[in-house]
Amino acid sequence: MTADHNPGYAEAGRSQVDAAAEAEPAGFRLADESESYALRVNGRQESVKAAWLGESLLYVLRERLGLPGSKNACDQGECGSCSVFLDGTLVVSCCVLAADAVDAEVVTVEGLEPGEGLSDVQRHFLDAGAVQCGFCTPGLIVAVHDLLDRVPDANELTVREAISGNLCRCTGYGRILQAVADVQQERAGTGP
Amino acid sequence: MTPQHVSAAAPFAPAAPQAPPRRDRKRSPGRGVGTSSSRPDGIPKVKGQFAFSSDLWADGMLWGRTLRSPHPAARIRRVDTEAARRIPGVHAVLTADDVPGEPNYGLEHPDQPVFASNVIRYHGEAVAAVAADHPEIAWRAVQAIEVDYEPTPAVVDPEVAIDAPPLHPDGNVFRHLTIRHGDLEAAGEVTVEGSYAVGMQDQAFLGPESGMAIPGDDGGVDLYISTQWLHVDRDQVAACLGLPPGQVRLTLSGIGGAFGAREDVSLQVHVCLLALRTGRAVKMLYSREESFFGHVHRHPARMWYRHAATKAGELVKVEARLLLDGGAYASSSTAVIANAACFSCGPYRVPNAHIDAWVVRTNNPPCGAMRGFGAVQACFGHESQMDKLAAALQMDPVQLRLRNALRSGDELITGQRITGTAPVRECIEAAVAHPLPPDAGSEGRGPYDPLLLPGGAGRTADHADVRRGVGFAVGFKNLMYSEGFDDFSTAAVRLEEGGDGEPVATVHCAAAEVGQGFVTLAQQIVRSVLGVDRVVLRAADTRVGSAGSTSASRQTWMSGGAVQAAALAVRDALLEQVAEARGVEVQGARRKLLTLRDGEVVHVEGRFRLTLTEALDGRPVEEVREYRHAPTMPLDADGQGDAHVSYAFAAHRAVVDVDPDLGLVRVLQITTGQDVGKALNPLQVTGQIEGGIAQGLGLAVMEEIVVDGGRIRNPSFTDYLIPTALDMPDVQATLIEQPEPGAPFGAKGVGEPPTISSTPAVVSAIRAATGIDLRRVPVRPDDIALGVTGSAFSAK
Repeated sequence: MTADHNPGYAEAGRSQVDAAAEAEPAGFRLADESESYALRVNGRQESVKAAWLGESLLYVLRERLGLPGSKNACDQGECGSCSVFLDGTLVVSCCVLAADAVDAEVVTVEGLEPGEGLSDVQRHFLDAGAVQCGFCTPGLIVAVHDLLDRVPDANELTVREAISGNLCRCTGYGRILQAVADVQQERAGTGP
Repeated sequence: MTPQHVSAAAPFAPAAPQAPPRRDRKRSPGRGVGTSSSRPDGIPKVKGQFAFSSDLWADGMLWGRTLRSPHPAARIRRVDTEAARRIPGVHAVLTADDVPGEPNYGLEHPDQPVFASNVIRYHGEAVAAVAADHPEIAWRAVQAIEVDYEPTPAVVDPEVAIDAPPLHPDGNVFRHLTIRHGDLEAAGEVTVEGSYAVGMQDQAFLGPESGMAIPGDDGGVDLYISTQWLHVDRDQVAACLGLPPGQVRLTLSGIGGAFGAREDVSLQVHVCLLALRTGRAVKMLYSREESFFGHVHRHPARMWYRHAATKAGELVKVEARLLLDGGAYASSSTAVIANAACFSCGPYRVPNAHIDAWVVRTNNPPCGAMRGFGAVQACFGHESQMDKLAAALQMDPVQLRLRNALRSGDELITGQRITGTAPVRECIEAAVAHPLPPDAGSEGRGPYDPLLLPGGAGRTADHADVRRGVGFAVGFKNLMYSEGFDDFSTAAVRLEEGGDGEPVATVHCAAAEVGQGFVTLAQQIVRSVLGVDRVVLRAADTRVGSAGSTSASRQTWMSGGAVQAAALAVRDALLEQVAEARGVEVQGARRKLLTLRDGEVVHVEGRFRLTLTEALDGRPVEEVREYRHAPTMPLDADGQGDAHVSYAFAAHRAVVDVDPDLGLVRVLQITTGQDVGKALNPLQVTGQIEGGIAQGLGLAVMEEIVVDGGRIRNPSFTDYLIPTALDMPDVQATLIEQPEPGAPFGAKGVGEPPTISSTPAVVSAIRAATGIDLRRVPVRPDDIALGVTGSAFSAK
């Protein structure tokens, strides 16, 4: 039998699991680190009351404003599941402090097509089979809207690059790429 | 109290069903079995309205958090929770002393403590849990728990563990299995030998472990949870809580992928204990990092193989020794090793075999189910050997496989004959029939776009140095549970008149929808059997009988079979009802006189013709059925016996470009032929194939949990890389449809085969490009850049 070695990541950052083992002084009150402020989300003024200042925009959207559509797959900016628009720019909301988003215009997946209907991207995701578990889907929908609004005629490689910050574990991306191509065809009027 | 984002039918309710025109009530043929009907949960999922378990929310809920061990092996001398309890906003701090029922749980063997009491057996083992008003308070509270650990030497080498002092009262060898088949003295004219290793892969589903427990008025608890098998969770949770199973009610919450990692209990007991202690709703949600510590992984493997063949390329004998590292607790290790052993030789006729397989306990993270379940590890071994044998015989590797490919009626190394379909040849031929991709750089945004070269956006490879390789592999696996397990699923189907006068069918089945699309199939099956267009799925929960696990590629067959059986029973009961109401003669011929056709009850002699609503006549019909597959047998002392029900096969061809200097790989194309029996929803089958191949590619060149001295070094998506849209190649799939006898609609499960042979196909292609003797996955850049060329794999 071969005795294989693991190279190890000698300089890997210390994990929270390890950090938790070190006792911290217990004398703190969350209220001392909290503030009230207002956010503008999907065109509505929302007040955030007595929120801990360390809360991310993702947390506030999901847990305080009743907008759980943005997803929390990694909470460290690697997966794109929490993608939203901040003043028109695509951002990962887990890496934005909510209190920093004051005065900005936030648009979430819930704000793309607020009524019963579906946006063209949402409809083609469904029709192309781009949805399995659906956890990455809202972030991808937001990212694809962003891409196709900026680069309507993006070729496949550009599309792959643009959504490479959105991890999907179910689909292998094949049907997602198909959905994007279908939207492009429809918008260009060249679809079937 | 019910969580606000949970509503019983909402996730799966069909979107604004349009009643068909009253003059033409025939079911729409576009939405039954065999069509690419769309998902009933699709609209909420694309709109961000689907309720995943991490979206659960209730008034006044608390947040739970786990304290985990920073050591892979230690004694716990003392746990002091006093400081944590004093933090304002902390409502409970629980340790092993607070577990009222069984202290241990486990999928097949209860050997894992709810909380470690005095011994730590792996890095990340749970020690305590807290409930607090806010996740930040919960985090600071677990930091404030003082644990006095005495680290002990960790046993992290599975070979050492076999004979090491026991790490647990149950010992270190979870299972040792031997297969002796045919003439063990048989010899071939050509022999090849090799050792191979597989690293620890993570399922890396996107939706982290999460759930909410709500204490009930009866002293019981309601748990809303993402899991693969509600009933087996319920039984483990109830035992640990010291409650009768009836007082532990589980409801499936929206699941963000599973791939095996939700087979075992993770936070289920902890969150229920916290809810019962505080009397309040408690939500737990793992961070990505905690998820890496909180579920089992794919077993790392060490494998030795020796293949003997005739000069003409007929396999004569295979010998193998397989060693899987089970980590600290048993999980499903005993079943994983059985699969590794049973499928160790690949989908080939092997008249003589001697296999020894072990799975052992170490102080590494616990390992259990992941897509492919033992067959993945073995496939990397046997397919590497087939390439090596082809090189030794100076034979085309595809021809060698075709020459030895299993057929229906052939005998496996377990002595079992394949009674169903075995289109191995067809899978191979389909995979190689697809055209090869064009040269590097001839696609994309211009010649030699750096994104298309190995290294991608890093722009590291020079086009002139890139080498291309093509590789091939075949694999197979059992469908459903084996070795005598009583494997069944339950479904209830109800047919009634809806509020608008149109018929509606309701399905109640506890099968876990993890993303694969069982909810779509359930609708399609009911539509096809009953001819009713509108099919609603009730939330999966423990109020109906068990559906078994969403694993082993079994739900299409098992719960599909249960839904079909219940729907057929509804049909028969409806015909009976109509026959009685209309005075149709009984004498055994009733079914021949009445049929259900295209959504109408028809008297074959033309006496009447009724819509479903008319046939129901205001009386709903409901039937519950259990479905079982054909019984299986345990393996005997020689590993012989009819242990399996059915098998699914797939072949993969991979094309790669390699930068040999920097050891970087770009996979350009993967083609496949897959045995699916019958595609009940071709679009969903395609999704399973493409997604499964992505995970196989990940194991080939990207994915490994790096465990160093028992410690996980890369528990994040920053350091544990899964394929992105830029990593995934073009996938071309051919579905091989040969209906499987005995399977509902002839359909085989399709989830696992794409993950089995895609990995060795990619590695084979890298070997072909570089000539390097690669014996371990994932292949790392240094394996290529520092590898030794001119190996036994090279046919030159």
